[in-house]
Amino acid sequence: MAHAYTPGLRVTGHTVIEKMRRLPLKGEVLVEKGDEVTAEDVVAKTALPGNVHAVNVANVLGLPPEDVKACMLKREGDAVEKGEPIAVSKSFFGLFKSTAKASITGTVELVSDITGQVTLREAPIPVEVHAYIDGTVTEVIEGEGVVVQAAGAQIQGIFGIGGERVGELAILVNSPGESIGPDRLGDVRGKVVVVGAHASYDLIFKARDQGAVAIVAGGISDADLKKILGYDLGVAITGSEEIGVTVVVTEGFGELAIAKKTFDLLQSLVGHKVSVNGATQIRAGVMRPEILVPLPANRGKIAVADHFGSGLEVGTLIRIIRQPAFGKLGKVTELPPDLSVVDSGARVRVLKARLEEEGTEVTVPRANVEMIEG
Amino acid sequence: MSSLPKSVRSVLATDCGSTTTKAVLIEKVGDEYRLVVRGEAPTTVEAPFEDVTRGVLNAIMEVEELAGRKILDGETIITPQDGNTGVDIFLSTSSAGGGLQMMVTGVVKSMTGESAERAALGAGAIVMDVIASNDGRLPHEKIQRIRQLRPDMILLSGGVDGGTTRHVVELAEMILAADPKARLGASYKLPVIYSGNTDARPEIEKTIGDSTALTITENLRPSMEKENLMPARLAIHDLFMEHVMAQAPGYKKLLSWTPVPVMPTPSAVGTIIETVAKQEGIDVLGVDIGGATTDIFSVFSEVFNRTVSANLGMSYSVSNVLAEAGVDNVMRWVPFEMEEADLRNRIKNKMIRPTTIPSMLEELIIEQAIAREALRLAFEQHKALAVGLKGVQQERTISDTFEQTTSGETLVNLNSLALIVGSGGVLSHAPRRQQSMLMMLDAFLPEGVTEIAVDSIFMMPQLGVLSREYPEVATEVFEKDCLIRMGTAVAPWGQGKKGQTAITAKITMPGGATETHEVAYGDIKLVPLGVGETAKAVLEPARNMDLGEGRGRPLRADLVGGVVGVVLDGRGRRPFGLPSDRSGRVDALQRWNRSLDIYPERAKELAAV
Repeated sequence: MAHAYTPGLRVTGHTVIEKMRRLPLKGEVLVEKGDEVTAEDVVAKTALPGNVHAVNVANVLGLPPEDVKACMLKREGDAVEKGEPIAVSKSFFGLFKSTAKASITGTVELVSDITGQVTLREAPIPVEVHAYIDGTVTEVIEGEGVVVQAAGAQIQGIFGIGGERVGELAILVNSPGESIGPDRLGDVRGKVVVVGAHASYDLIFKARDQGAVAIVAGGISDADLKKILGYDLGVAITGSEEIGVTVVVTEGFGELAIAKKTFDLLQSLVGHKVSVNGATQIRAGVMRPEILVPLPANRGKIAVADHFGSGLEVGTLIRIIRQPAFGKLGKVTELPPDLSVVDSGARVRVLKARLEEEGTEVTVPRANVEMIEG
Repeated sequence: MSSLPKSVRSVLATDCGSTTTKAVLIEKVGDEYRLVVRGEAPTTVEAPFEDVTRGVLNAIMEVEELAGRKILDGETIITPQDGNTGVDIFLSTSSAGGGLQMMVTGVVKSMTGESAERAALGAGAIVMDVIASNDGRLPHEKIQRIRQLRPDMILLSGGVDGGTTRHVVELAEMILAADPKARLGASYKLPVIYSGNTDARPEIEKTIGDSTALTITENLRPSMEKENLMPARLAIHDLFMEHVMAQAPGYKKLLSWTPVPVMPTPSAVGTIIETVAKQEGIDVLGVDIGGATTDIFSVFSEVFNRTVSANLGMSYSVSNVLAEAGVDNVMRWVPFEMEEADLRNRIKNKMIRPTTIPSMLEELIIEQAIAREALRLAFEQHKALAVGLKGVQQERTISDTFEQTTSGETLVNLNSLALIVGSGGVLSHAPRRQQSMLMMLDAFLPEGVTEIAVDSIFMMPQLGVLSREYPEVATEVFEKDCLIRMGTAVAPWGQGKKGQTAITAKITMPGGATETHEVAYGDIKLVPLGVGETAKAVLEPARNMDLGEGRGRPLRADLVGGVVGVVLDGRGRRPFGLPSDRSGRVDALQRWNRSLDIYPERAKELAAV
């Protein structure tokens, strides 16, 4: 009995979704424990003091610093518009006028008779945190944020770019292996669109320009990814790309049919409101991109935590995750204990599996399969 | 915890790598200690397990299966050995947290920001972001970024000595506000290295001294014109190995299973390399190329140096190797055509599914090409850091920093190098030993006479930790089962001419007969000499090439045999003679392939040309 295997990504219709929603700085939590929230609701907010700008009034007016106050047209606390005069001086019998103007729109914060500078502060910058998923607030962390919980579906992708977005799920293909061109998009405004086996650069940006919030595909080509990002991704840490759309890839790089289980689940959720996040970190402490679908009707029907106890056995359903036969499903028929020689000449532990679709038996290194959870 | 037994009959040792956890069983067989079996399993630091001991148990179960011995009682390792059950001692090493990923800060992006970035890159870290006071982002955006990225460590710098302290203290306040959580390990104080304006030290200490694991070093930019990166680099390096790597989830549980502290893998490998260098009185280079990092260890002129290149590896970091080396440098080692788009997709797929292996010959060739580049780049980083005694300040002017080549300073001497030992999956698991030998030859380009060996199944980490407590056991297993001596390379430096003989070797074989072997410039030639065999040789380089005695002058040397033999490398050095035109290059690669029987004949058929 072999215990070494690669666990697969989470694809489940019945789970508890829990998200921590936290402000970057201390602020105000706007909801209470037990509140029902929607993804778009602001659950916590804070305001950052606006940026400060200094106007060197003493220099502009040609005066010593201690004379600046007497020339001010605005006082501390007054609002100002950009370009508005804030101080004026007259010289030489009132014939020559010098004017100092506000460099920004904001408030006069300080008039210094030591430096002769006037400090203007821009309007406060609001910082808000949204709920991200429709759900219930189960915990409030005073001054910081909340935990939002929902019952529903969770689909993890293998790689993504872009951050959190919310939209209505739509599928534009009829089968998981189909791909479409940018001309087949249709009305994608406000939608999270599943486009099949491949999302090209042109498709992604056309969808974005037509108002789609996110793209879900089986594969993306690395050449397109480099074009999208503008640089070669060296280490897979993403999530803050500002490209106007989120992309979630379910299988990998290239043109790759979406896994059947994933596609079937997505099909059953068409029309639902989904929350997506492309953030990926491939490293210890891995983070995968996700598609979350709160389903109020699922409350109380949650499956118990997935169990990974038994490992590979004869009869285990597996998916091949490397060439050749990438993406194919099969059932384990044999687990030879001895090392076998594969095409590369390497001696490795293998398994034999019968492919679901073709019915043929293949020999695959055990490292190149993932278990399919029920 | 029980005290260690005086002698042991059996040892179980594991190494938790970033991708794979390996377990070895060593037993006393008659009068000698030998490796019995080896098992492995994927490392389980990630979800859903988030417990490194799960992978350890899986690997041990494989050992049980292969050895036909019961070692576990449920999830407990049975010690001491009782009949055929259990083992006398369990030890472990770990690098399961993967490579170091850090953020750096500076006050001015193009000055202290860039210096800090250079310091971190030079220490082998991946720099996830450079935060500067003037980088255009608002404070809350910077704070959000720190939280989102979950860096393993932060290098805080800024301000020349004697300058203002306000900006760098503000950066410290931002770190405090971010309250960053580690990606692994809940009860973990984030290591922060402060290498900024010395005047700000008290304020920095006051601001983040309690909430972070703060280390203070010299200012990495003490004045506008000067850069002093070495103290920060060394601090990053040391903190990474002693602090960050220990944070893999389940690490504390693993610690409780063994009476000996779990050693970081690079420390363990370094220990064995140092031992070998000392025992044999030679200059040694060791390399461990893993999934996330490539670690290089060297002893030159009795000075030990180690570098951990956290940005170069064969799975998690493999895409970074491509980004740093460039497609052309990778493809120059591949004797067939491949669309760049196809190559990129394959490499990215390996990055996102790091535990898979190449099962097709084509994929193996690509991976070994990438390995050459990863080793080469890691070696460049090592040469730059192996610069004399640790702790010596290296103040240079900024223009020096850009112009200075490393060869003038580095301790690394490719001619005095006597032995290269390779370790890590791509080297130890290569289907043919000569593939490993050639990968190391091509990547390190040793000169003169150099012996090359490989860790047979990468158990150097386990033997390193074992050698601390039972050195005689570790050494015996190292020599008898771990080290596979592949043979000796003879490589003159300089350039020859096409058609010219690069080396004429008169070799007196073990039987007594003297053979003469010649290799043409641009070629390599294999002279069979087996494991345990030594031959005396007179090696004459071409007129304009040098083996260490002067141009064209012969060198007398003892050549040590191995599973591959003696490789006469007439391809030249300084520069290395890989033809730049495509057909010349493919022709050369195929000739070398045939000379050493690197890949099966059908590798030729992969050429779409």
